[in-house]
Order: sequence, then C-alpha cells, then structure tokens
Amino acid sequence: MLWQLFFTFFKIGLFTFGGGYAMIANIREVVVTRRGWLDDDELLEIITVAESTPGPIAINLATYVGYRRRGVLGAAAATLGVVLPSFVIIFAISMFLDAFMANKYVSFAFVGVKCAVAILILKAGLSMLGKVKKRPLPLVLFGTVFALMLVCELLALSFSTVFAILTGGLVGLISYAISKGAHKGGAA
Amino acid sequence: MIYLVLFLEFFKVGLFCFGGAFGMIPLIRDTVLSHGWLTDEAFYDFVGVCESTPGPIAVNVATYVGATQGGVLGSACATLGVIMPSFIIILLIAAVLKNLTKNVWFAAFLSGVKPVAVAMILATGVALVLKSVGLAKLNFSLHVPSLVVFTVLCAVYFAVKRLRKKALSAIWLILLSAALGIAVCLALEYCGIAV
Repeated sequence: MLWQLFFTFFKIGLFTFGGGYAMIANIREVVVTRRGWLDDDELLEIITVAESTPGPIAINLATYVGYRRRGVLGAAAATLGVVLPSFVIIFAISMFLDAFMANKYVSFAFVGVKCAVAILILKAGLSMLGKVKKRPLPLVLFGTVFALMLVCELLALSFSTVFAILTGGLVGLISYAISKGAHKGGAA
Repeated sequence: MIYLVLFLEFFKVGLFCFGGAFGMIPLIRDTVLSHGWLTDEAFYDFVGVCESTPGPIAVNVATYVGATQGGVLGSACATLGVIMPSFIIILLIAAVLKNLTKNVWFAAFLSGVKPVAVAMILATGVALVLKSVGLAKLNFSLHVPSLVVFTVLCAVYFAVKRLRKKALSAIWLILLSAALGIAVCLALEYCGIAV
C-alpha cells in the first residue's frame, strides 16, 4: 500500500506539466476515478484547504491523500513520490544547463521564452485579481503593494516579499478585530 | 554551512508562498537574488525551463538552486526545505486542526494575505515586461527583439483565445516563444542589427 501510494504520486509528478492547477485534473483522474481513494466532495474540500495554506498545491494534495490512506508514513510516501520526478529531472538538467545556455541559438530562443514567462505570470495574476473581493480593504492592500513593489523593482530598491505577506496578514487580523469590536460596541 | 542556509531559505519560501504556482515566483526571486544564487536573467530563463518540465515550479527552482550551490546534497536540502512547511501544515490540519480553514481569525489573516500575493505576482509580471523590452531604470534603450516577440505572442494568444475559445497552454506558448525568439533574433542579425 505504501509502495502503491508512492508509485501513484510518482506518476502524477512525472506527467504533470506547469504545476499548480494543471495537476488537479490529473490527480482527480487517478485518485478519484481510477483508485477510488477519495470522492469528489473530499477532493474539493482538500483543494479548498490547499488554496488557503502555503506551498505547492500538488504537495498539499499528496500529503493529504497519503495521510488519509496510511497516516504519517503514507503522507511521506506520497509526498516523496510526487517530488522525486522533478528532483531527478531538474538535477540532470542542472548539470548541462550552463553549457546549453551558452549556445547562440538557445540564447535567442530564451529571448522569446522570457516574453512567454511574462505573459504566463500576468495571466495568472489577472485571473487571481478577478477573485479578489471588491471591498475597500483588499483593494487598498492590493494597490499599495502593487505600486510599492513595482517602484522598488524599477529603481532596483530592495523589497521584502515575506514582510509584505506578513503585513497583509496583520492588516487582515486588525481590521477583523476592529469590525468585531465595532459590532459589539454597536450591539451594547 | 551552505546546506543549512539552503534548507532554511527554502523553508521560508515554502512557508510564505500563498497564491498557487505563480504566487511563489516573487518570493523565490527575492530569495535567490538577495543571496546572489542566480542573476535576474538566469532566474527567468529557469522559470521558462520549469514551464516545460513536469512538477511544481517551487520544487524545480529549489532543486536547481540547490544543485548549483551545493551539488546533490544542496539540492536535497533545498527541496526538502521547500516542501517541509506544506507537509507539516497539511499533516496538522488533517490530524488535529481539522477546522483551521473555517476559523474566523485564520480567514481574517488570509483576507489580508491574498490581495498582497496577487499584487506581488502582477507587479513581478509588469516589471518583467518593462525590463525585457528595456524600459526599466529610466534608461530608454529599447530591446527590439523582446518587443517584437512580446507583441506577436500577445496577438497570437488573444487570437487563439478568440477563435478557439480556449487559452493557449503554457507549453505551447513556451515552444512558440522560443521559435519566435530565434526567428526574430536571426532576422535582426541578418539585417546587421545587434541583438
């Protein structure tokens, strides 16, 4: 059973390109349809959890499914399985990437690839922006961080991403505490 | 102690990256640039490689940076570091904190984190476009090949979306962009324009 968990997630890790949401369809096909390890409702619940916790969604899913099937050992087997293909492939690539990039045609190709990467990042950002709640606080947070980071980027100033994330979380907590206090005050 | 540094730095990336596959790009970039592990150019080139190889981007970048800084062991430390926070948090949620994601304070925390994560992704994307075409740091020396490829790619992307009602997948976009990059650079070189 441990071996089966490992191997199933190894295959998922090996055949899913692009990471993130591209993996969900593949994971559903294997875990729900073929193996019957979860039903659709459970999968949806796990995806919701994965969306609100940090880390790659594929890792979150593997850990959760592994734990449900065989406890901590199962979680470790599934997680290791989903990571191993990337690890081996990227390690192999790292050994000859520099020589590869030194080639003139490859460097020409990557002038183009950088544009594609920019489009993919913008596309992901825009589709996520559509899901940001259209209320003052999230919009102000979004606007402030966007403007600040862009200015820092263009002027080559340092911008701490971890600090920004933590500040955002803190602002969320404080605004909730205030609204709760105001609600109580109003009721009293 | 490069191994410990790699583990801890990528642990931090794994712990603070909200917002899916692209949510981690600003964080990883911040980390690798501040340590001088990769240049900005090399980082985005590698993201392009990641889009055409299987697996989550965060794991791929961790493995790559680890390998360049500390061989197999460095690679293993960085990869373990980046997956460890997810692993621990999901185990905690599955085993003891079953209702964490329904907790109002946790939801309040996330309501502040999410717009920040989205803002960082978009700012990174916009900055990358401006830098590629040569508009960053107030020196307006246009990088013609990037400008041409970017324009053509956007046009193709929207045309495909209009005509086929389906977005071009990441891997096709990468392949197309590589072909365009070679074609445009060769054409400019042929005309005697430095690229």
